[in-house]
Amino acid sequence: MAAAAPDGKFEAAVLPHLDAAHNLARWLMRDSAAAEDVLQEAIVRALTYFPGFRGVNPRAWLLQIVRNTAYGILKPNRGPTLVPIAAEPEPGAIAEDELVSPEADPEMALICSRDRRRAYELIAALPLELREALVLRELEELPYKEIAEITHTPIGTVMSRLWRARRLLIDAAREQPA
Amino acid sequence: MTGEHCDKVLLVQAEFDGEIDAAQAAELAAHRAGCPVCRAAAAELAQTRELLRGADLYQPMPDAVRGTILSRIAATRPAPPARRRWFAGWRQGWIGFGLGAACAAGLAFLLLAPSQQPLVEELVASHIRALQPGHLEDVVSTDRHTVKPWFDGRLDFAPPVKDLAAAGFPLKGGRLDYVDGRPVAALVYQRDKHLIDLFVWPESSRLAGAPREATESGYNVVHWSADGMTLWAVSDLEAGQLADFARDWRQKP
Repeated sequence: MAAAAPDGKFEAAVLPHLDAAHNLARWLMRDSAAAEDVLQEAIVRALTYFPGFRGVNPRAWLLQIVRNTAYGILKPNRGPTLVPIAAEPEPGAIAEDELVSPEADPEMALICSRDRRRAYELIAALPLELREALVLRELEELPYKEIAEITHTPIGTVMSRLWRARRLLIDAAREQPA
Repeated sequence: MTGEHCDKVLLVQAEFDGEIDAAQAAELAAHRAGCPVCRAAAAELAQTRELLRGADLYQPMPDAVRGTILSRIAATRPAPPARRRWFAGWRQGWIGFGLGAACAAGLAFLLLAPSQQPLVEELVASHIRALQPGHLEDVVSTDRHTVKPWFDGRLDFAPPVKDLAAAGFPLKGGRLDYVDGRPVAALVYQRDKHLIDLFVWPESSRLAGAPREATESGYNVVHWSADGMTLWAVSDLEAGQLADFARDWRQKP
């Protein structure tokens, strides 16, 4: 295959991974408009950082930026957080604000298959860090090492998050059988 | 959850995810023979994967979002100066040539200037990329009245879409692509088993340009301009037939 045009390096690195970027943003934000905002912002950041990109894995690099951008919006203030005006989430495995209301998402109206909808709801209800690990592994089919790189997490943590995510899925699926 | 636990479940999971080596796998197999927790875990892992992968949950980027993103990238990138200069020079040269060249153009194909090489490479790379499964068309239709409106709102120009089925080049569909620092229309035509990508985007000059041709990585490329658009046909079709395609396209009203 011909080499990319000399001025097209950014495009060559980033464009093949736009679907992956969207899939991650969409699952982290659980809302199509919010995902689009994240991607717009992430692309601006990617353009800015690209001259310094020396890595060999543009997919991990781009997904890392998408992930950081999404976290910046979801958790603007890590640590002691501002109390939201709505009910504060209970401390627990699945916080209240992690539960998605599928009816609120117009895209869900298009999802007619019951199984698909059920699977969608089960993943959407997972806590953010677990959902992220699961989406990168099961939908993006990335190896642990790359998930660790994208999420700035040791591989051992990736493994335990994946395990917890899968356990929650199994348990939830058992509680509400198809 | 069963409530029972085993320290090796993460290893079971790693095996399931294809992340352990043969030695670890052998050790795990020996352990699992005597551990009901790990055997149950392996079954549950398979169950989660079935639940997820069977449900078509992947969320690829919608076309509208892709269009916005591509425009945003394009906006930060001025067209490369070298190529611009060449275009300018070509236009001046064209005027110098006079209309005599226009008559000759229908018969003789000129060779592309070497400075067009990066663009030719980029177009061929786009064509090859598009041949990957599922990447060829965003809109699949043999009807130009379906393909043309599909581009509305996805591009800031309306690409010409012509029906060349009678000439033996049926339309297959179209897609958005990204070439020369901007979003472009790619129309897909077919001749027998060969696919032709026709890349179209506006050109500031309204002069009609004679077809020019090039070869890159075994692919043939023909370039011409018409009605304020620049057009590039890329295919593994034999050069003569691709030239026929260009001629038929230009003659078709």
